[in-house]
Amino acid sequence: MADASLVTLTIEGRQVAVPAGTSILEAAKTAGVLIPHYCYHPGLPVAGVCRMCLVEVEKAPKLAPACATAVAEGQVVHVHSEKSLEARKGVLEFLLINHPLDCPICDQAGECELQDYTYREGRAHGRLKEPKRFNPAEDFGGDVLYVTNRCILCTRCVRFMDDVAHDPVLNVSERGDRAVIGKFEGRDLTHPWAGNVIDLCPVGALVSKDFLNKARAWELDRTPSICPNCSQGCNAILETRDNMVVRMRPRPNGDVNQYFLCDHGRLNYRWMNRTDRVEAPLVRQGDRLAAADWDRALHAAGMLLNGKRVHALVSPMLSNESLYLLSELVEQTGGRGTFRVERGAEAPLPGVPDLALRAERAANVRGAEMLGFEKSDTPLAGLQPDEVLLVAGDDLHDLDADTLASASAIIVLGPTLPEVARTAAVVLPTTNMAEEEGTFTNLRGRVQRYMQAKAPPGMARPVWWAAGDLLTLLGGRGGYFLASEAFGALAGARPEFAGMTYDTLGLRGQMLSGDAESAGVAR
Amino acid sequence: MGFPHPSHPSETPLLSEHFGNPAARSLTTWRSLGGYQALERALGMEPSAIVAIVKESGLRGRGGAGFPTGMKWSFMKPGDGKPHYLCCNADESEPGTFKDREIMRWTPHALIEGCAIGAYAIGAETCYIYIRGEFTEPLRAMDAAVREAYAAGILGANAMGTGKRVDVHVHKGAGAYICGEETALMNSLEGRRGNPRIKPPFPAVAGLFGKPTTINNVETLAAVPHILNRGAEWYKSMSLSSPKSAGTKLFSVCGNVAKPGNYEVVLGFPFKDFLYDVCGGPLPGRTFKAVIPGGSSVPIQTMAEAEATRMDYEGFVEQGSMLGSGGVIVFDDDQCMVKLIARLARFYAHESCAQCTQCREGTAWVTRILERIEAGGGTMDDLDTLLNLSENMTGKTICVLSDSCAAPVVSGIQKFRDEFEAHITGKRCPMGARAAA
Amino acid sequence: MTVDEKGSAAAAERAPHGANGGHPHQEDYEPVFTGEVRRELDELLTRYPTRMAALLPALWMVQHERGWVSEAAMAEVAEVLRLTPAYVKGVVTFYTMYHQHPVGQHFIQVCTTSPCGACGAEEVVKAFLEHTGCGELGLTSPDGRYTVIEVECLGACGFATPVMVNDEFIESVTPARVPELLAELR
Repeated sequence: MADASLVTLTIEGRQVAVPAGTSILEAAKTAGVLIPHYCYHPGLPVAGVCRMCLVEVEKAPKLAPACATAVAEGQVVHVHSEKSLEARKGVLEFLLINHPLDCPICDQAGECELQDYTYREGRAHGRLKEPKRFNPAEDFGGDVLYVTNRCILCTRCVRFMDDVAHDPVLNVSERGDRAVIGKFEGRDLTHPWAGNVIDLCPVGALVSKDFLNKARAWELDRTPSICPNCSQGCNAILETRDNMVVRMRPRPNGDVNQYFLCDHGRLNYRWMNRTDRVEAPLVRQGDRLAAADWDRALHAAGMLLNGKRVHALVSPMLSNESLYLLSELVEQTGGRGTFRVERGAEAPLPGVPDLALRAERAANVRGAEMLGFEKSDTPLAGLQPDEVLLVAGDDLHDLDADTLASASAIIVLGPTLPEVARTAAVVLPTTNMAEEEGTFTNLRGRVQRYMQAKAPPGMARPVWWAAGDLLTLLGGRGGYFLASEAFGALAGARPEFAGMTYDTLGLRGQMLSGDAESAGVAR
Repeated sequence: MGFPHPSHPSETPLLSEHFGNPAARSLTTWRSLGGYQALERALGMEPSAIVAIVKESGLRGRGGAGFPTGMKWSFMKPGDGKPHYLCCNADESEPGTFKDREIMRWTPHALIEGCAIGAYAIGAETCYIYIRGEFTEPLRAMDAAVREAYAAGILGANAMGTGKRVDVHVHKGAGAYICGEETALMNSLEGRRGNPRIKPPFPAVAGLFGKPTTINNVETLAAVPHILNRGAEWYKSMSLSSPKSAGTKLFSVCGNVAKPGNYEVVLGFPFKDFLYDVCGGPLPGRTFKAVIPGGSSVPIQTMAEAEATRMDYEGFVEQGSMLGSGGVIVFDDDQCMVKLIARLARFYAHESCAQCTQCREGTAWVTRILERIEAGGGTMDDLDTLLNLSENMTGKTICVLSDSCAAPVVSGIQKFRDEFEAHITGKRCPMGARAAA
Repeated sequence: MTVDEKGSAAAAERAPHGANGGHPHQEDYEPVFTGEVRRELDELLTRYPTRMAALLPALWMVQHERGWVSEAAMAEVAEVLRLTPAYVKGVVTFYTMYHQHPVGQHFIQVCTTSPCGACGAEEVVKAFLEHTGCGELGLTSPDGRYTVIEVECLGACGFATPVMVNDEFIESVTPARVPELLAELR
């Protein structure tokens, strides 16, 4: 942007230059100053109603709402002056007079902006002598419970449903201190993206029924991740407690999902906590599968593969790293690879361009296709008796044992051992995406990292590790110990990934080369 | 004139001349009284020339803020290719104010003429008159008059045969004080909750339906035909004080006064004469105690302040209050100030739109404290709390409803603290026995 | 429509739906916007550049026809104006003049804001409660004839105490006048 359109101002003694039209609140962020606020949210239209972000602007007659005041050249803004602090203290007191102060039983406690700001800037004692207002809680449908008494009427939820979801099912009802967030009888928060109102709510008024009373915010470990539940690749945070994923929430990324995550995605995490796992490598001994160490199991698998063509049935939920090394394995044996994808109805979020719950309900369809795997509804069609079937991540549902039996041998790499694969010769226990580090390529060609959120069970290893070791046994190049090394190998081998490293990907991802320009046009 | 009382010789009835005369409602009579001559002349002029005359006349908004009308009109840029709108604010809801009601009730064509001239002057083809829903009689009068004006070709696609389009529509409110705030009025007209909007953008840039809009009060627009008929100089010359306060102003007088009603005087008139002479002074055997001179949202005056006041925009400010909407509420020595202020606070708590935190929570909380003090349950620190809450409610919200609630509380405690303290120390209303009887 | 018809319309609506009304597509819900009323609305829509702007007028038409604005009617208005029922409800609950429940045949509103309060409005309220048999503010008398409420400033402070009975405005009401006013309503 040309310098001419930049406005220079001073916020808390720090000079910043921001594009004309920027709000004081956003300008302050660039100076590292957080101006406390409730109703403002960068993903929603400005309401300017909570009046928490009032700041002192020199030469202005009144305090200015930082969210709704554009920067002006030479402005001098005080966020923590006595007048601003007094104003915020006043707002906090007003917000709390009818608040139940039920932090000990509130899911929001620990991540509540009312709690945080009150602790930092609020009055030590309330002055209310009258009884508090009371309203019953209400089930808003979907995953959303409205705890009316905690509501501060910031209207973020209403604005999200109106302006982003384009489904105005919420309203502000009544006036004055009788006002509440309302809905129409029989019209619930069933929009596929409605769950975002829970994240948007800065207090404990809109809470998740799924997460209700499950954990305290401070007990959670938070890991940057990618929602694996469709090909959109929404950036997410996996929250774990005691090695269990208990919640998935959106992580902002303006290039993918803004601030949002759909209900299908956010609520579809229980499989990450499955306990019926294969915890040790298994090798067939007669009519049974016996536990073995990795070396023995890999060796057994290598023997089976030697001189045979591989038919790899992979999962589009596997990482680029895993799929790459599997594709190398396929190539090494002159075999082929297929995969299948679960499908569902596409559900766009109308207020955000190119954001939808995608019909293909898997994170790495694009990666699988690009790495040479063929998408098919009958992925085992044409399985030959001289082929070794290598199942990687596919749970084999709806496939029958007879079809599988036509292969010369079955090797399973998976977190669980499907019933129909009980005849497998070797079973290698692998991690699910929450238990490993890796990357997915979304439908637009964006390569994005996810981090390990929980420990894998027993001896489970990422697929790329096992596949790389198998590749080495067959004389190929594998044997990686870090996901970043596996990714480096991929980047070195495939021109679409050229130049990418985990560092360059960062937490926002990078477009495949060749997709970058077309994506720029599309957006 | 002092409707419902006979006109007082000190009055200058301009807008109120025909109050009480049902015949003035009809188009025929109105035309015989000179009606629509100003509109005819105006439609033959350049809009900018009309704006210049109104600017020159010194007419200021009569709804409460007192903004110069001609200047407001000049913010509407001609030829910007966008539709322009005029809104007539007939949502008269400020407690103590009932002047616009009488203008519409008795002289609806005066308002239609003012609206048509105003619309033409700002480049608008459409004017909406937003009338509060409770004004059933003014609504009927305005509806009938608008129909007459259309039938007579005064309004419509070919207004007065000039080929120019002027539409005037009556829009009925549904019970919300805040819709008298101009941006809330626009939201309400658009079919929304009557929430005030953040400014900027100002209405002249993005107003009704997002288009350039001017909002004028009924009394303001009704004065415009007179100015066009008799000239800016004539209007400007009507002042008993400074050129900043020109013309006549309708004052609604209510409360404990001998002759409540609407009185029209030239700005700058002595308030003392107004209260004791024009309005007939206190009721028999009583004395005045306090006045809220500009509708309930302005600070309360003591009688000493009121009696020293010159009735113009600056004069009320000099004596601790504001001219506001011109709604004069008089209280006598028989009234409990705590009770009256508590009841006013309840009004604001009821009317808060619920957007801004300070207003939504503050108006209700202040009301509960005041009602507790009135009932004898107050403590001295409640007064400090009230003053501090009032400060937190002033100058911090989108509109001034919150400030309006704080103003009588602060001025009441400052000027009538002894009454508050008597409630607290005596643990009951000193006047309670009588009030309860 | 006379006051009497309005009252009985309200009673008729109350019977099948209960206080919440029904869904507009429910078989027993009779739409408001048909025939003449629909034509009236269509004419009204020509005055505004948006359909939404006709919301307050449309709600007034509902109240005129039915005596109150049921949830079913809100849903119908939403459909006609291409809004959502939740949106319409948010607007209805903002404005105090729309009845969200059936009210008595004579809906009596007494202004008690400070200017009228200083002139004895509370006594007028008491007189109405006593003589109508309503007993309490907001309740409808057992015979279904009256509902009495306090209302905020009616904008007729010089005519204390102003009272509205349905659409009729009565000025300068005193407690002594109340029985006579009620007799006129019968």
